[in-house]
Amino acid sequence: MVDQVQAVKPSLNLAGLSRSDYRGSPSTLCQGCGHNSIANQIISACYELNIIPDNVVKFSGIGCSSKSPTYFLNRAFGFNGLHGRMPSLALGAMFADTSLKGIGISGDGDTASIGLGQFKHMVRRNLPFVYIIENNGVYGLTKGQFSATSEKDLHLKRQGVNPYSPIDICMEALASNATFVARSFAGDPKQVKELIKAAFSHDGIAILDIISPCVTFHNQENSLHSYVWGKEHEIQLHELSYVAPRDEITVEDFEEGTTREVYLHDGSQIVLKKLEKDYDPTDRWQAFRILEAAQKNNWLVTGLIYVDPTQPTMFDAYDLPETPLNRISADKLRPSRGMLDQINESF
Amino acid sequence: MEQTLTERIASIHPAKVVNDFCITFSTVNGSGSATANNVLLRALFKMGIPVSGKNIFPSNIQGLPTWYTIRVNKDGFLARVERDDIVVAMNPATFTNEIGYLVPGGVLLYSDDIKTPVTRQDIFAYPMPVKKITREMDVPPNLRDYIANMVYVGVLAHLLGIDLDKIHQALDAHFKGKQKAINSNYTVIEASAKWAAANLVKRDGYSVEPMNGTEGYILTDGNTAGALGAIFGGVQFSAWYPITPASSLSESLNEYLPALRKDAETGKATCAVVQAEDELAAIGMVVGAGWAGLRSMTSTSGPGLSLMSEYLGLAYYTEVPLVVWNVQRVGPSTGLPTRTAQCDITSTYFISHGDTEFVLLFPGSVSECFEFGWKALDLAEVLQTPVIVMSDLDFGMNEWMTKKFEYPDTPVNRGKILWEEDLDKIQERFKEEWGRYKDLDGDGIPYRTVAGNHHPRAAYLTRGTGHDEMARYSEEPDVWERGLKRLGVKFQTARPILPKPVIHTMVDASVGIIACGSTDPAVEEARMMLAKAGLKTDYCRVRSLPLDQEVVDFIAAHERTYVVEINRDGQLKQIITLEIPHLCTQLHQVSHIDGMPLSARWVKDQILAQEEK
Repeated sequence: MVDQVQAVKPSLNLAGLSRSDYRGSPSTLCQGCGHNSIANQIISACYELNIIPDNVVKFSGIGCSSKSPTYFLNRAFGFNGLHGRMPSLALGAMFADTSLKGIGISGDGDTASIGLGQFKHMVRRNLPFVYIIENNGVYGLTKGQFSATSEKDLHLKRQGVNPYSPIDICMEALASNATFVARSFAGDPKQVKELIKAAFSHDGIAILDIISPCVTFHNQENSLHSYVWGKEHEIQLHELSYVAPRDEITVEDFEEGTTREVYLHDGSQIVLKKLEKDYDPTDRWQAFRILEAAQKNNWLVTGLIYVDPTQPTMFDAYDLPETPLNRISADKLRPSRGMLDQINESF
Repeated sequence: MEQTLTERIASIHPAKVVNDFCITFSTVNGSGSATANNVLLRALFKMGIPVSGKNIFPSNIQGLPTWYTIRVNKDGFLARVERDDIVVAMNPATFTNEIGYLVPGGVLLYSDDIKTPVTRQDIFAYPMPVKKITREMDVPPNLRDYIANMVYVGVLAHLLGIDLDKIHQALDAHFKGKQKAINSNYTVIEASAKWAAANLVKRDGYSVEPMNGTEGYILTDGNTAGALGAIFGGVQFSAWYPITPASSLSESLNEYLPALRKDAETGKATCAVVQAEDELAAIGMVVGAGWAGLRSMTSTSGPGLSLMSEYLGLAYYTEVPLVVWNVQRVGPSTGLPTRTAQCDITSTYFISHGDTEFVLLFPGSVSECFEFGWKALDLAEVLQTPVIVMSDLDFGMNEWMTKKFEYPDTPVNRGKILWEEDLDKIQERFKEEWGRYKDLDGDGIPYRTVAGNHHPRAAYLTRGTGHDEMARYSEEPDVWERGLKRLGVKFQTARPILPKPVIHTMVDASVGIIACGSTDPAVEEARMMLAKAGLKTDYCRVRSLPLDQEVVDFIAAHERTYVVEINRDGQLKQIITLEIPHLCTQLHQVSHIDGMPLSARWVKDQILAQEEK
């Protein structure tokens, strides 16, 4: 009897919330769209991290990807901004309460074309923020034009052949001194989830470039942004596990001598189990080299490409009070009459 | 027998002119003349004489000609005048032109290394041995050029009777007490004054005398005033991108915030300033901050404002409070970036695509820049919409004698912002569920929650796409129309709470004048001139858009009203015409744009010419 009751009761996380507390509204994207799978992994990651949904603020720009914030964390505030200009919107908003966690969902059009400038400037400022690019190499919402990440010589039905070389979002992030750069594949939900969890624990900008096939306009078997190609060409740099600060790592989980741990700001760890490659994600030059090699060899390299948890964040440059700025009472915002008298005297 | 130049000059018997003339300094950009000019302006101000100073400078760091004009006027008329009484010529390239602007009996003070002949014989010319004096001083060679301008400060002080003590005080204010800089400049000024006393025979009629005309006034610029106004208005976030003539507004925030806005208990900063990568990002940051509950502002000029238009439209439709300072310069395009204008009125009023309108404030003095600095932040939050303050280069970058800043007379007003307990109260009061875009009060202004509010009903998703009263996505035709009409109601609510026009009347006035912003001194002086010429006028200075009923009544009460402004198309008149088409035939355009502030004479001549028609 007792067992039966427990069986139907939804399991609660340490925040006392069930998985459904992290849900969003039903998706209006195409069935099978990689973006939906990513939204589900965001829900799982937040649930497993015991994040209280209203401690998250969601942002997006314009495009299919930018519709996603509606599909997770209904109990979080969100702002669907302008095309390519989500970074500035998020930056201003995050100053209001630095205890909140920010997550932005963008696409390859939104980030690598119109938004490339804002993307790189947000990266160089190291704003604590999870920045996910749902990268499908195509403009879906305007019905299938090339994007800046479409591979050269790609053939699309109504567009013909793409004459230009693609932009590598991870490379751009690295070049702008990003402190967390990862690439994943929507068809690899476990890795997506672990990376999102690590990104939330990173105190700084966390760039996640997730290849997310567009099932309607761009899922050709020979294309980098398709499920088939991704599954065949994915090369994982490591098997990656996120370990929360309170969880104990047991030896059985990871074979000694084959793991590499990276400690994040909040005491959590990313444990990277070596695969055939001996990859050090704290080495920036190695990160550049692996991206270069991936490009040359037609690999879809996934995993944590680079991380530096020691860099100061944007907020470290501002001497902000502990009370969130947006909760400071109005009377504390106006200097005294005496101060104005002094100013008048000085003129 | 032909007279020599000296004899001719000696034969002129000039009238004595006290505290009523105009000096123009002609120098090379980047030569450090700003300090010299500023010190003279401040010294005259400290003598109690009404003064104004206008910098006419090129878009260049170093090398092109630049002018600075000081007008001294005992009656307090401080608009630009077109002719010069005194010219200080330090730039050989423009020497001949400069001489042409002098009035008969005027004074030419020039550096004696300029070898161009003085072609006019109805003026008084005094050469100054600038190089000789600076060589004799103990000045490092690399500073010699900068300090050379102090020679004319000293010579003018002697010729006009400017108190050297006041000059020392002005130096102290300029260099903020830095003794080394004060002393090295003052030594040159003193030596030059001594040289003038020993070597120049004063023949011209110009002089200054101490008076009591600056009591209750300060000397500062509109960008400093706007920044200070915002700081006293509780600004919490500002993002900006450098652009002439707006940059010094944000730089003033950076200058004053550390002293004025540290939290008393924690010593922490209560305002953050971010230099953005461009204006697209600056406005994005400001929209984000305003949305999340920070009093938020940016400052820019025409080209930057064009870049901000899309985000301003988003802020209008999603109802995000924020303040933009548009320090206007001459457009279209890059235009004349260092010259003043009022040429963005129409474009700013409707700055984004779709059906939009924006609240505009027009400060008419530097003190009003301070006042609107804090008021704009209140209005933006009360109305939940962008408020754009329309200043211009003349205010922003020139030092004005202006009334002392007055402490805000109303408390900081955050508008209808709801925290956890407020949300419960609102739902209880209205006996219904709160929705972000529900017009519960019938004034077009909904209640808003902001990020960090943990009430279970507080969160919502803001979007620039169609949305209903509960902030849900909607493409329903009637939902769209209802929402947009409600936004229109908000602008009716705005009218009576925006700054009222300032109306000055004359007994038996037959015509009206409407103007806004920095043309105020020219208009007031023109009214005096017109009255002398037999035309009495009433004057309505517009201080906000959408239009106040008092402006409408003013126009209705006058058979003819002249709208005076610095642009080609008569933009303020365009907007007024749109708002009150039935009265538009009573409006007459008096507008002009060449980069210079309007002069009273021009305003007077234009109105008289139209009256004669």
